[in-house]
Amino acid sequence: MLAGEWLSGGAGRKTTWGFLDDGAKKDVRRALLKAVAIPGYQVPYGSREMPLARGWGTGGIQITLSLLSPEDVVKVIDQGCDGSVNAVNIKKFYERVGGVETTTDTREATLIQTRHRIPEERMDAGQILVLQVPYPEALREVEPSEANTRRMHAEADYARMWLHLYEDVVHYGEIRLAYRYPCTVNGRHVMDPSPIPRWDVPKLHMADTLFLFGAGREHRIYAVPPHTRVEPLEFEDHKFRVEDFHGKSCSRCGATDTFLDEILGPDGTRTFYCSDTGYCDKRRR
Amino acid sequence: MGYVAVQGGREAIERACDLYESSRSGRNSSPLGLDQIREQLPLAVDRVMGEGGLYAPDHAALSLRQAAGDTFEASLLLRAHRATLPRLAESLDCSSSSMRMVRRISSAFKDVPGGQVLGPTSDYTLRLLDFEILEDPLARRQLIRDRLFDGRIDEEEVPDEFPRVVELLRAEGLVEDVETGEDEPFDITRRSLVYPAPRSARLQAMARGETGGMLFLAYSSMRGYGHIHPTLAELRVGYVPLLVRNPLTGEDVVAGEVLATEADVVSRFSDPEGQPRFHVGYGMCFGQNEVKAISMGVLDRCMRAATPSSPAEDQEFVLSHIDGIESMGFSNHWKLPHYVDFLSDLDRLRKAQEVDRARR
Repeated sequence: MLAGEWLSGGAGRKTTWGFLDDGAKKDVRRALLKAVAIPGYQVPYGSREMPLARGWGTGGIQITLSLLSPEDVVKVIDQGCDGSVNAVNIKKFYERVGGVETTTDTREATLIQTRHRIPEERMDAGQILVLQVPYPEALREVEPSEANTRRMHAEADYARMWLHLYEDVVHYGEIRLAYRYPCTVNGRHVMDPSPIPRWDVPKLHMADTLFLFGAGREHRIYAVPPHTRVEPLEFEDHKFRVEDFHGKSCSRCGATDTFLDEILGPDGTRTFYCSDTGYCDKRRR
Repeated sequence: MGYVAVQGGREAIERACDLYESSRSGRNSSPLGLDQIREQLPLAVDRVMGEGGLYAPDHAALSLRQAAGDTFEASLLLRAHRATLPRLAESLDCSSSSMRMVRRISSAFKDVPGGQVLGPTSDYTLRLLDFEILEDPLARRQLIRDRLFDGRIDEEEVPDEFPRVVELLRAEGLVEDVETGEDEPFDITRRSLVYPAPRSARLQAMARGETGGMLFLAYSSMRGYGHIHPTLAELRVGYVPLLVRNPLTGEDVVAGEVLATEADVVSRFSDPEGQPRFHVGYGMCFGQNEVKAISMGVLDRCMRAATPSSPAEDQEFVLSHIDGIESMGFSNHWKLPHYVDFLSDLDRLRKAQEVDRARR
């Protein structure tokens, strides 16, 4: 046997379809079932190392790989864009270990993995959205210890979070939390919706689609099942607001109802484009 | 202005990968042989095996070469490879007193049963850049080998067993017994750490911890942010047998040997309620990595403090931050695009500025 063969585990040794071994996939699916059963609750699981660095979507990847079948059509986006570095890398990986079909069309995909955005087009009951999560713990903003935040969730003790938001209103007249806006799920758990902008938070509420959240580095999985209440934390006299794009439109497709990326010009001018590039392309066709 | 912000990622990414591969593999120099890396950079190989959590010297050498010498990257390569391997068996407990010794020292006693075995170490070298070994000719290496092996080996003199110093102290009732209170060791590769973590989980997490991170925390404690005053009862480097049970015959067989470093740390008695006895801390990791084993021993002791009073004594603080693969990955992820998040932040700032202007 050649040294190279021996190193790679012998001639003909192939990586399993979908990379993860079946035991690992089963672990992830088990965590997913529990997550769906308790919406917004973070399920600890034995997160595996992926051939991408921690913090680069390893949680989302593990969920996608454990759900993937050869019939799936996959879309991967990063910051709304199909062509961004993270999305390209992950798509390359899926093509290599699964040989699945990929698309940039939200409607065509059976499974969408995303970093920091929810597609603009409403997804349906047959689709799954997998979100990559850097910080699964919404309360990390107010409490650094995991042991303490777990207890706070168990006791539904969200007083410090409310106080934090209230103090922002007092000091700044606005809540400073922009993305990762904390939401109450199913009237029980306060959840970090991943770093999606505020714009996307309402899309989680009473959706037709299953949302799965994977935090590989932090070893947590959680979910928002279809038709579940997802309510951003807000006060009666200080309502939750999404990003303001009043008077702006996409310079490419003309949309006035999408989340817009702001591009700095050399002369200091600002141009706006749809963040959801797949949707923008479709509107132009 | 063109629509630059959207497409064209794939091609640029492919070329960036090519550039890395090209700069890594050198222009005119011949490729580094795995044997060269394994034999001439053994401490780097050992470090990567430990942090990657896979005892595989050839794979570690390959990963070091592929990672251009970056131990974080190399450990990640190794650990990601590990994730694809099936678990064939679990090893049996083994005592390190049967370690095939390479090096063994005790700082607690001038002499100990079995003796002080200095072994290969840079500890006693003068740290002068040695320009004489620029070429490192074969003749010079042969000379050193001759000096080492020329009639000086007397197998009779090598003891079969080196009793652990800490066990000798324990037999006299001088050090505490550390109860793990666990029937089965926790496995952090299959279950997520929960706090408070059992000792087996703490030790496993540290055995895979990043050397520099662990050193930093242990050093903070020994320097003053803590109350641990360690003595190195023993430091060993050697080969421990890997014992597995044959599933068919039920027989215990030695499947191989693993080079490991082990540190027993003893610290001042500090329990006013219980019997006055020294506390102990234990460190063990793959390969020869003495800084890590000592740091681990100190941190093991630190994390058993009755009331944590410094970062190194807070097990959640230590255990959630020592994994190099996690910390390196997350630090690097800030290089990924964050323009959606940033725009959302800008929106908040602009709103707050409006409020501020209205208030003034």
